[in-house]
Amino acid sequence: MAEPTKDAAREPILEVRNLVKHFPLTQGILFKKQVGAVKAVDGISFSLYEGETLGIVGESGCGKSTVAKLLMNLERATSGEVFYKGQDISKLSGRALKAVRRNIQMVFQDPYTSLNPRMTVGDIIGEPYEIHPEVAPKGDRRKKVQDLLDVVGLNPEYVNRYPHQFSGGQRQRIGIARGLALNPEIIICDEPVSALDVSVQAQVINLMEKLQDEFNLSYLFIAHDLSIVRHISDRVGVMYLGKMAEIGTDEQIYDHPTHPYTQALLSAVPVPDPEARAGRERIILSGDVPSPANPPSGCRFRTRCWKAQDKCAEEVPLLAVPERFATTGSLAAHDSACHFAEEKDVVGAA
Amino acid sequence: MPEKTTVNPGAVAGPGTTGDTVDLAAPGVGAAAVEAAGGPANKPRSLGQDAWRELRGRPMFWIAGALLVLLIVMAIVPSLFTGADPDHADLRNHYLGEPQWSHLFQVDWFGYNKQGQSVWARTVYGARASIIVGVCVTFAVTVFGGLLGMLAGYFGGWADALLSRITDVFFGIPLLLGALVLLQAFTNRTVWTVTLGLSVFGWMQLARVMRGAVITQKQSDFVTAAKALGAGHTRILFKHILPNAIGPVIVVATIALAGYISAEATLSYLGIGLQPPAISWGVDISAAKDVLRDAPHVLLIPSAFLSITVLAFILLGDAVRDALDPKLR
Amino acid sequence: MTTISKTADVPRRGTDAKDSGPLLDVRDLHVEFHTRDGVVKAVNGVNYNVSAGETLAVLGESGSGKSVTAQAVMGILDMPPARIPQGEILFRGEDMLKMTPEERRRTRGAKIAMIFQDALSSLNPVLTVGYQLGEMFRVHQGMSKKDAKAKAIELMDRVKIPAAAARVSDYPHQFSGGMRQRIMIAMALALEPDLIIADEPTTALDVTVQAQVMDLLADLQREYNMGLILITHDLGVVADVADKIAVMYAGRIVEHAPVHELYSNPAHPYTRGLLDSIPRLDQKGQELYAIKGLPPNLLNIPTGCAFNPRCPKAQDICRTEVPPLHSVADGRGSACHFWEETING
Repeated sequence: MAEPTKDAAREPILEVRNLVKHFPLTQGILFKKQVGAVKAVDGISFSLYEGETLGIVGESGCGKSTVAKLLMNLERATSGEVFYKGQDISKLSGRALKAVRRNIQMVFQDPYTSLNPRMTVGDIIGEPYEIHPEVAPKGDRRKKVQDLLDVVGLNPEYVNRYPHQFSGGQRQRIGIARGLALNPEIIICDEPVSALDVSVQAQVINLMEKLQDEFNLSYLFIAHDLSIVRHISDRVGVMYLGKMAEIGTDEQIYDHPTHPYTQALLSAVPVPDPEARAGRERIILSGDVPSPANPPSGCRFRTRCWKAQDKCAEEVPLLAVPERFATTGSLAAHDSACHFAEEKDVVGAA
Repeated sequence: MPEKTTVNPGAVAGPGTTGDTVDLAAPGVGAAAVEAAGGPANKPRSLGQDAWRELRGRPMFWIAGALLVLLIVMAIVPSLFTGADPDHADLRNHYLGEPQWSHLFQVDWFGYNKQGQSVWARTVYGARASIIVGVCVTFAVTVFGGLLGMLAGYFGGWADALLSRITDVFFGIPLLLGALVLLQAFTNRTVWTVTLGLSVFGWMQLARVMRGAVITQKQSDFVTAAKALGAGHTRILFKHILPNAIGPVIVVATIALAGYISAEATLSYLGIGLQPPAISWGVDISAAKDVLRDAPHVLLIPSAFLSITVLAFILLGDAVRDALDPKLR
Repeated sequence: MTTISKTADVPRRGTDAKDSGPLLDVRDLHVEFHTRDGVVKAVNGVNYNVSAGETLAVLGESGSGKSVTAQAVMGILDMPPARIPQGEILFRGEDMLKMTPEERRRTRGAKIAMIFQDALSSLNPVLTVGYQLGEMFRVHQGMSKKDAKAKAIELMDRVKIPAAAARVSDYPHQFSGGMRQRIMIAMALALEPDLIIADEPTTALDVTVQAQVMDLLADLQREYNMGLILITHDLGVVADVADKIAVMYAGRIVEHAPVHELYSNPAHPYTRGLLDSIPRLDQKGQELYAIKGLPPNLLNIPTGCAFNPRCPKAQDICRTEVPPLHSVADGRGSACHFWEETING
């Protein structure tokens, strides 16, 4: 697959191949019998390059948060591989896993629950050093913690405070400082601003962009807010029901979407401008996302798709550049998992 | 860079727990957080200190606390309260004299019992057995039940299934009946045998509470965050889960303590707990039951002390619960 | 079926509805909470009104007092700790704050209904949705069980729940988030109220479902010619459906305006800041505009204009004098000393 990034020859820093996570559904107490599986993530592949931000968007239940957990090894993948600089990390455990964790860190969605209320800010940000003592000798740690607080825009004198003494935005900064402590190369951000007030979201997004430049971080930015994803991402992947529907550069996805789901998603984004809204085409999808325990055959989106035909029920569409665009060199020539991919002009988010 | 300016000391934390719930919660919430924003008195504080701050404002806590301090001092140095020897029997005083209410703290303040012993002195010395049994049983069941519950809750799966079934089996045995049967096997019973008897059958509730609390905490984001950092089981259990799960356990333990004190008294009353010459409220109540009509004070005084002690612990437990569980506020 | 529609085809509503004064008129409403740490002033003199067939969006962040105001209107505030030291809530000209609790109770549901953010916790998990919908008719109108069930199915049809007759005996957890919110809407509609207050009705829903639910609400409002108060923190959601918008900050309305004017030309620096902090295409790769600082502590609201510590335009007067709600244009107000400069960019 030709990755139309700035430098196609680059090796990805993180490469996900055919990642699958099925949560078994069991019955019985003592003798558990598997009666099915929730196919939370069902074979997705993507690459993350050094210094870039890959946005993953999708609605609740599409598996985007499970992807984050799989990449962090918080859940074991059912199958598939995750390569970090060429090394498969999805099956690591013990010491080897601990070593990899230093390079891949995470920022959580809810700043109210992701910080231990019984620990001081200094202890929270310093904990990575206690777990990985080789990163910073004991004497340096306090200084390092204070530096980190400074980096994320908090007063270094706050080390002895407790999380409940901070507001949501400040707590998220603390969470980011903890993620930065080990000097990771990759940070997986699972909805990092969706729990924050609108006026504070922009502050945190700016901080994250600043840190990315400063430390050459690669972000996997998972969110449901399409306009924020567009702002921060270099490339964007759209997930639906455990599968990647479409992936490409932000311009390709937002201005030249070819997958009907992406088009519907974009057209549903509320735009804070009634003028731009007038005359704009809106696609209102009917129904709800089907259950991942029993996804539709063929294309998963077909039950809500206005273009669905018999072929969609029979054949799973592959994530590839649609043939009709392959040679055109237009921005529509990017990976899209639809049998009937075509461009549709929906006004993009933002 | 406007970042720095965001760090004004007037940090208002949002609603206590979740960020996006209702903004009704925002004003009232997190007394501590709001106070933190209050201005110069902006000292760092742990949640323990917050709980203390909360407790300080509760009259119930002070009443219960004062009573308990009194009782504990009584248990440790009974001679402070009475100069009389509780074992000294002078049969000439056999049921002699009604309580002399005006003779505060004197030998005959509450009159004499059948053996001519001072009821006041025996009541004072009786506190020791109750407090020792109550505190020791509580300590034992908290450690044992807590540990079991913690392991079951944290590891889940087979460990949980096994430990929970064992807990269920023990739950089937009433505390008093179990202790009764077990203690019968001992001919020479001291406070320590009674402690053992009650501990063996009293740990289940704490195991359950701990298990529930651990399961709740296990799923919290900060535990996931610690795992993502590569923290091991010990760190996660003792640094992240335990400090957050211990609150409800302390509350239940405080209230259970009252129950163990009554259980000890009941056992002693039935003649299966402490035996004379050991001094215990239960023993004294038992000895006095036959003369209820003639000398009710001999029964009522130790009973009143027992009730007050139990009540004090329950009140303390309630106050502690309110302080440790701000969600109930 | 999936519908593809042009928004332009939809006529705007509410313009012809102002026949006989406002349906709801909130005047100088104050709400405070008495806590151990002091008095939290959640609402400090809010004025707004809604007419039949009109949609008012109340926009604000957490702690702005937008929900507390709505709860005061509904009469579902816990008092104590809440207290309403002054203000009037006129419903069809009658002050609801002076009503007896019994009169108040009768208005709730029948005249004014509310839709909450979290549909799952607002529905009783052990009763079927049909029972819960029918309950309104059995209790308020003394209908028989059978009639109530038929009514419940009719309502579920009206909020476009597919196969309503078959699903009427299902329990809330058997419905998806969007469907549950529809059931909440059906419940609010049951007694055909004059006014619906929707508190963040789509915040918990996915974007594609959000659009469905907002559309439904707008359609029903038109059909019944109800007043609708839409409480939200999301500038995007309200742009489509609201007729006018009131922006709240620290318990006050800082700006109110018809929807188009507010978006095209905000007259308060806070509104402007909110609009500017939304990522835009031409800002890609640049720093986002961010309102500096933090939302105010309601125990200790800054003197003068509550927004002054965060405001790029703040002058001395802003720190000392509370700005009145200046009339900017017909039906437009801004509580900023420098609204003229703000509106001109």
